[in-house]
Amino acid sequence: MRVVLGEDLALLRDGLIRLLQAHGFEVVEAADNGPSLRHALLTHKPDVAVVDVRLPPTFTDEGLRAAIDARREVPGLPVLVLSQYVEQLYARELLSDGRGGVGYLLKDRVSNVGQFVEAVRRVAEGGTAMDPEVVAQLLARNATSAPMHQLTAREREVVGLMAEGRSNAAIAAKLFITDKAVSKHTNNIFAKLGLAQSGDDNRRVLAVLAYLNS
Amino acid sequence: MTVVTVQPDTVAVPFARPADRFRGTFWVFGVGVLGLAGGVTLFTLAVTFIGLIPLVVLVPATLLILGWLRRYADVRRLWCAERLGVPIARPYRPEPTGGWVRRLRWYLSDRATWRDLMWLLVDATAGFTLAILPATLLGATAFYLVYPLLFWVTPRDVFGSPFGFFMLQSWNQTFLLWPVAALAFGLFWTCTPPLLRAYGRLTKSMLAPRDRDRLTARIAHLAESRADTVDTQAAELRRIERDLHDGAQARLVALGMNLGMAEELLATDPDAAQELLVEARESTGLALSELRALVRGIHPPVLADRGLDGAVRALALAAAVPVEVSVDLPGRLPAPVESATYFAVAEVLTNVAKHSGATSAWLRVVHEDGRLCVMVGDDGRGGADVVAGGGLHGVTRRLAAFDGTMGVASPIGGPTIVTMELPCVLS
Repeated sequence: MRVVLGEDLALLRDGLIRLLQAHGFEVVEAADNGPSLRHALLTHKPDVAVVDVRLPPTFTDEGLRAAIDARREVPGLPVLVLSQYVEQLYARELLSDGRGGVGYLLKDRVSNVGQFVEAVRRVAEGGTAMDPEVVAQLLARNATSAPMHQLTAREREVVGLMAEGRSNAAIAAKLFITDKAVSKHTNNIFAKLGLAQSGDDNRRVLAVLAYLNS
Repeated sequence: MTVVTVQPDTVAVPFARPADRFRGTFWVFGVGVLGLAGGVTLFTLAVTFIGLIPLVVLVPATLLILGWLRRYADVRRLWCAERLGVPIARPYRPEPTGGWVRRLRWYLSDRATWRDLMWLLVDATAGFTLAILPATLLGATAFYLVYPLLFWVTPRDVFGSPFGFFMLQSWNQTFLLWPVAALAFGLFWTCTPPLLRAYGRLTKSMLAPRDRDRLTARIAHLAESRADTVDTQAAELRRIERDLHDGAQARLVALGMNLGMAEELLATDPDAAQELLVEARESTGLALSELRALVRGIHPPVLADRGLDGAVRALALAAAVPVEVSVDLPGRLPAPVESATYFAVAEVLTNVAKHSGATSAWLRVVHEDGRLCVMVGDDGRGGADVVAGGGLHGVTRRLAAFDGTMGVASPIGGPTIVTMELPCVLS
């Protein structure tokens, strides 16, 4: 699997390259600033990109913008964004094209190598990987706004876990319920959010998007 | 000191219609007579009782009279604003809390008190003269107009000499005075508006704060807000130091210890070493999340990334109630203003979530006439108040450093609207 990396701190960049290579990824380019990341994303069209939000030259959200711009050029280009902090606003922007293949994780999550690699794979396959902290921010709110208020507490829990990128089986294990119960919940969620039958993965992304927009 | 400008709600040009000259004349005549009587009385009383201060027993009476003096001047300021369209600011220092001595010192050390006293004299002399001129001209008009009648009904020598030196010989000649009446009326008609304005200006020149006093007040305000700012900053730095010391630093120490022990155990007891490594990883996670919280409190990353616009949107998303946001900023604000505004909005939104019981809120940010204006409203139960040491008080202090102000409109039953304004330029 071909990966483009965008990270300006040499220590972290080398660490990530080593980590990804050890798990069978091929790092085709590691950019250390915004403009060269943009260039690399568009020329290599990698299977997945791992990008730091804050990059030179502006040291603002250069990396995030590069990723969003690249996805406009190459629709559905899988991008996993890493950051020292999470902002619901950014999660929404990443997901707003409704195509999936998006991850947004705290940098600390890298230290749990197994989960991190799994998240990279999931994003490459078009799934989502939202940081539990983003989800926690959402759960902390009174979900009063439409259309989320139509969901039951359990369904909101399920859609939160979907946002983190868990499969139905993983959700079942986490909530101590059966797979069948989970698919019943997910179908209810899709119905309540008015998401018509289509590719299952895409509906999951749209449900997560609706969730983040609530 | 706050300089409160007494501003009438309506009218800029009072007595504007031609017929208003008559009303203006009667009004200013009344004020002039009152000024003479009130001025002389108050001046005498005030000077006497100030002179009697050494007889300590009479100090309460002195305070009472000085209070009357201020109220009397305030009423005149209000009248000048409402009737003459000449708003006059109050020049006094803010009222102190405390006993007689402090209040007495407050009155006597304020230059405005002595200027008020001077004004009483000026108002009773020059002011009085100005004030009765329109009425005098109008009176002269009427007098010379009815002169023939007076001449006719009274014995010849009573009204025989209209100017003192010129003897009228017959009733017919009295009609020669009508042109004089016309002249007096012409003077009245043209001179009354300028006379009214002159009366307003005279009052203003005596009762408005002088530039020097204004500057003194400004300096006092700046000194106070600067001291506040310095205090707040020092407290912030102490908090950051404590947070780092008890948080991230302590975690890193523990981490180093765990790693060292793991290193030792690696050869002999790999299982125990692995346990320590897991613990070490968890403690990096905790250290990082503490640092994150700390950084957010110093300068939120989203503010650095997106400016105030993006940052308040992020705040609104994270708020406990849905917040409708509208931001209209054609440029970027200076970084310190951005930061102060961000934290102010954060505090107000926290208040909304904690105390208002609101189900929705709105947030508006605009920049006009060189001022940033931020309004936060909610549909909660109202009754919000700025109490010392409370969150909103902190906001006021934060904004004061930038010459900003905050107003809270929060009737019982709601809704609450918090308005923050601070002068700044966009880049």
